[in-house]
Amino acid sequence: MQDLEKAFQARIDAGEVIEPRDWMPEKYRKTNIRQISQHAHSEVVGMLPEGNWITRAPSLRRKVALLAKIQDEAGHGLYLYSAAETLGISRDELYDQLHTGKAKYSSIFNYPSLTWADMGAIGWLVDGAAIVNQVMLTRTSFGPYARAMVRICKEESFHQRQGYEIMLTLCKGTEVQKQMAQDALNRWWWPSLMMFGPPDAESTHTEQSMKWRIKRKSNDELRQYFIDMTIPQAEVLGITVPDPDLKWNEERGHYDFGEIDWDEFWQVVKGHGPCNKQRLDARKNAWNEGEWVRDAAVAYAEKQANKQEQIAVAG
Amino acid sequence: MKKEWPIWEVFIRTKNGLEHRHVGSLHATDSKMAIENARDVYTRRQEGVSIWVVESKYISASNPDNGEELFDPAKDKAYRHPTFYKLPDEVKHM
Ligand SMILES: [Fe+2]
Ligand SMILES: [Fe+2]
Repeated sequence: MQDLEKAFQARIDAGEVIEPRDWMPEKYRKTNIRQISQHAHSEVVGMLPEGNWITRAPSLRRKVALLAKIQDEAGHGLYLYSAAETLGISRDELYDQLHTGKAKYSSIFNYPSLTWADMGAIGWLVDGAAIVNQVMLTRTSFGPYARAMVRICKEESFHQRQGYEIMLTLCKGTEVQKQMAQDALNRWWWPSLMMFGPPDAESTHTEQSMKWRIKRKSNDELRQYFIDMTIPQAEVLGITVPDPDLKWNEERGHYDFGEIDWDEFWQVVKGHGPCNKQRLDARKNAWNEGEWVRDAAVAYAEKQANKQEQIAVAG
Repeated sequence: MKKEWPIWEVFIRTKNGLEHRHVGSLHATDSKMAIENARDVYTRRQEGVSIWVVESKYISASNPDNGEELFDPAKDKAYRHPTFYKLPDEVKHM
């Protein structure tokens, strides 16, 4: 056992990719299932705040873009569920974990999307933060997860650009429109920074995940990278992030930023965010009310298969 | 009733002249639905001109634990490669 684990670690250290049927420590399997499924759930629940605005998109151009983005997110969920299933857990079990609250999804999706500008802020900031994380994961050690990430990253950049374009249009519009963009940035900024997870000092899984190359960069590193990248983009828009402590630190070569409200983060993770119940109810309803459709499809397929068999026997 | 739909593996030919390549998997009740779902999931940006699907349970795979006995015998057969054969420089087109 010891030897197998050592040999496994040696493979990881040599930069090898682990495939589903390779030997792996049970904890590696579990950690990957947890992380990949959490990621899949986030893609799927993440469709809900944006779905809220499809029928109210201000133009046909915006509407087809938003629809295409949301459809991509459904695809991302599917790529990731498939990757998790290669580790020996069924899709129904994964859904069950989401619906019973046993599995988590990114807490950002428990915030409401109040105005059209939120579609801009979500694409720009939420997808932007997701991209930072996902680019790192294209080189994660588990093959199916890494391949899903490559596919996802190719599709994500349009998500961020369409969001930023919405912000840009609003910021170049009337004073009221610019205010709307600023208000969306105010509400989404801090939750976006929380997307990278708790600070390294408090992050329980980080060390082992880094050793196994499930993660390749720490939460704080990724967060800093995201901030450094995003502030100049806000400057182009002419709006400001709601952080009085934010300023460029010449010595560090990075932006310093204010204290993140981790109490709020944990409240939302524990289910007390503004929309936790609404999001989970929407998922459960979709699943429960779709049951007869899933069953009917199975019954139809079985009937067709039987017919084929009878024809074969008669012939 | 609660019966999970079977898993299908999806193979896409990105353009004529290239082979079908494995791109991922999905759930569907039959092959027709599997192809339709594959179209929606894996070819939203013209990634393919042809789709194959096969129910995962019909795929047999080699065991990674037997990797050595399966693949190592090819290791010491350098004579299967053109560089094994030393020819004088003046020989062209070979
Ligand atoms: Fe996504
Ligand atoms: Fe996205």
